[in-house]
Amino acid sequence: MARLRPADAIRLATGGLRARRVRSALSALGIAIAVAAVVAVLGIARSTQADLLTQLGEQGNLLTVASAESVNGRGVPLPLSAEPMIARIPPVRTVTAVATVENVSVRRSRAIPAVQTGGMNVLAAEPSLPAALSVQPLLGRFLDGTAEHYPVTVLGFEAARILGIGSLAAPTQILLGEHWFTVAGVLAPVAVAPEIDLAALITFGQAGTVFGRTAGPSRIYLRADPDQVAAVAAVLTATTVPDGAGDVQVRRPSDLLVARIAAKGAFVGLFLGLGGVALLIAGVGIANIMVISVLERRGEIGLRRALGARRRHVAAQFLLESTLLATIGGVLGIGLGVLATAVAARLGGNPVAIPPVALAAGLGAALLAGALAGLYPAIRAARLSPVEALRSVG
Amino acid sequence: MTTAVLELSGVGKTYPAPSTVTALDGIDLVIGAGETVAITGASGAGKSTLLSILGTLERPTRGTVRIAGADVSALSDPELSDVRATRLGFVFQQFFLLEHLSVLDNVATGLLYRGVPARARRERAAEALYEVGLADRIGHRAGQLSGGERQRVAIARAIAGRPAVLLADEPTGNLDSATGAEITALLAGLADGDTTVVLITHNADVAAAMRRQVHLSDGRIVRDTGGES
Ligand SMILES: Nc1ncnc2c1ncn2[C@@H]1O[C@H](COP(=O)(O)OP(=O)(O)O)[C@@H](O)[C@H]1O
Ligand SMILES: [Mg+2]
Repeated sequence: MARLRPADAIRLATGGLRARRVRSALSALGIAIAVAAVVAVLGIARSTQADLLTQLGEQGNLLTVASAESVNGRGVPLPLSAEPMIARIPPVRTVTAVATVENVSVRRSRAIPAVQTGGMNVLAAEPSLPAALSVQPLLGRFLDGTAEHYPVTVLGFEAARILGIGSLAAPTQILLGEHWFTVAGVLAPVAVAPEIDLAALITFGQAGTVFGRTAGPSRIYLRADPDQVAAVAAVLTATTVPDGAGDVQVRRPSDLLVARIAAKGAFVGLFLGLGGVALLIAGVGIANIMVISVLERRGEIGLRRALGARRRHVAAQFLLESTLLATIGGVLGIGLGVLATAVAARLGGNPVAIPPVALAAGLGAALLAGALAGLYPAIRAARLSPVEALRSVG
Repeated sequence: MTTAVLELSGVGKTYPAPSTVTALDGIDLVIGAGETVAITGASGAGKSTLLSILGTLERPTRGTVRIAGADVSALSDPELSDVRATRLGFVFQQFFLLEHLSVLDNVATGLLYRGVPARARRERAAEALYEVGLADRIGHRAGQLSGGERQRVAIARAIAGRPAVLLADEPTGNLDSATGAEITALLAGLADGDTTVVLITHNADVAAAMRRQVHLSDGRIVRDTGGES
């Protein structure tokens, strides 16, 4: 009874690949690149999107109110009464206000010209801001009651980066206008309120005593009961300016996140599509070299048939070769993809999150590509008549 | 009289259109166990076709082929593979060694399709290499050998499974005459161990080393020096 043992079949396939090292390595590399692309796209998307999605869940009930009017390019402040009035709307849970302190530069020292403030500005904020925006200080503390009387500031995430402040271990001071302020803390990024990321936050007390800023707030942030968000949004304009004097803009910042997630999703789809095309090309490459291999190895095929190989033993040998080739490429590709994801996450400051499904999909796609690529050459090899195969050589 | 291992009666082979060449016609041939037979004839006489049919590599268009008494026309393609794996050994003019494998592994490949475990294959292969006088070349790559050595490896591969019949198609065709004579002697000697040897040759000396000569012309047997048929 002619039988090929499974272990021997695998040995045959590895031997066949080893006999054509360069060719095998190049074909495996094609698969590796395609799989790496798929894994990296899924991995990178997961690492950044995970962050956005949790934020979306947390930030869906956040609303902002700002003046829609400006005079000479400057936003008109909201009435001083706006914040207490909004706080009185029953479904509103938390509310906090900020006020732009105009024309005050943010600098590390006097050596830097006041005009080069890198888009940063000074914002007066209330102690309730971290709770209302669900943001925690990365370093130090937020502004508290005593800060009303001292020149103390808390920096947004981007502002700290621009100023080059990565640690508060040593007392750190920055210049707001011509006044030195001690940095008490640095906030984590706030995706729903990018203006906070670029701000140097001080108390309303300091804004008044140091910079003479006493008008109403420029923007109010509030959180409503999640199922009442639309109802609250509907009454915000009337609550903010009851006399109808002036127009306000009500926004739901999470719409920004939705748009960003949608954009990311579109990119993921695009890159996955490209990864798929790369895999297809790599698969066609494998099919191509396997067909060539079958032609070159007709003598070997004839010999094996003469030694008692059945058609399916010959088919199995070539099918296993191409599948093994693609699997090696797949494993290599997963390694490369994980590496790329880790590097990208590190650069982006995100946690490394590689979905197991990406690994499974990468390996599965490679296996499938290898098996499909090997199918036609394997069938051709098996169909070859032994006599024809032997006659073709010499 | 010895028992017949190969029996052909009324065997013909006509290749299908467009060629419609009749390579063999009305071949009656009985070969007994332990015989050594040389098949001679001009190029295109049908020698290789006859050997392929004897070796179940090809089916005849007419007539019956019996191997060890069994009619092989009744067998399926996989069953024919099994017959080759267990009863037949082949040697070719072009050797067909696997260049990337060692001499030992080339010979062990002769047992691959019998389901013999790897260790046992290698042990048997080493014995076969000893039998063909190549024990000292076991670890060499096939690519490092001379032509005569390559053919010895091919013979060792063919006899590793101790087949009842060894079929050789011009085994000395690629070798110089001295080396060819050595190979011929080796093949003739195998018959002492009860192996039936059928070889094709153009060379009169090689043919003379076999106890029986069968001469083919235009697909027919025109001379046969022995046999019981
Ligand atoms: N596959 C084939 N198709 C058509 N004709 C063939 C085929 N194989 C062999 N022939 C023909 O059959 C005849 C016998 O060939 P072959 O057995 O190879 O002769 P020999 O081995 O004696 O030189 C030749 O005329 C050859 O052309
Ligand atoms: Mg011939």
